[in-house]
Amino acid sequence: MVPIIIFGLSALITLGAALAVVTNKNILHSAFYLVLAFAGVASLYVLLEAPFIAVVQVLIYIGAIAILIVFAIMLTRRIGSDDLIQRNAQWIWAALGAAGLFLVLGWIVYSVNWPVVTQIVPEDTITILGQELLSTYVIPFEVASVLLLAALVGSIIIGRERE
Amino acid sequence: MTIPINWYLLVAAGLFSIGLYGVLSRRNAIGILMGIELMLNAVNINLIAFWRYLDPVRMTGQVFAIFVFTVAAAEVAVGLALVIAIYRNRDTIVIEEIDLLKE
Repeated sequence: MVPIIIFGLSALITLGAALAVVTNKNILHSAFYLVLAFAGVASLYVLLEAPFIAVVQVLIYIGAIAILIVFAIMLTRRIGSDDLIQRNAQWIWAALGAAGLFLVLGWIVYSVNWPVVTQIVPEDTITILGQELLSTYVIPFEVASVLLLAALVGSIIIGRERE
Repeated sequence: MTIPINWYLLVAAGLFSIGLYGVLSRRNAIGILMGIELMLNAVNINLIAFWRYLDPVRMTGQVFAIFVFTVAAAEVAVGLALVIAIYRNRDTIVIEEIDLLKE
């Protein structure tokens, strides 16, 4: 019973905060609600018995991405003020499309018979994950680090003040 | 009683749809980036849910989720650098006013 209550609370917080992110008039408040949504997703990861992913979620999403977004809003502050209309003209069609997509996805989720297995999660997933990352998945792992380096250099070059 | 996989998939579907609405309806470029982050989170919930319920012994799902994290971090860094560069040059980040290619 307890997991179901925790799941319900996490799902409610996540979806409510996400709705606030996309509808809030003040873009800075949206960024703070984004942190709340990320935290809700992290608690869903804990419920799914993926503690490493949950910690990475808090570190990368809340600790890095959300802070970066807040910085970007601060640097472009005038735009974040309340008097700017934040919705464009096609928002009603966007809402209808998103609702339609949700209905289609929900129908798929309930019409597919997922081949759920009864195996339990291994004792120390983090150890296994580390070993897998440096053996089976070592090439993608290195490619990911090259991608991060390229993004780092690229964002510095793009964001730099020109003489 | 354990939580059925459908619930997680439904939450992820909801989060993805909300993110899609944000991407399509925001005028602020940073707001669009926030919508993309929500969509990436929804994808990650799906990946971890499938790992937990369909194949918990191998780590493929978690490894995939970690790569999604990596790409999301790279994407948001480059995206925000672009937004700041555009703001510096054009003094706006309202998407409709960024129409250099149209002129």
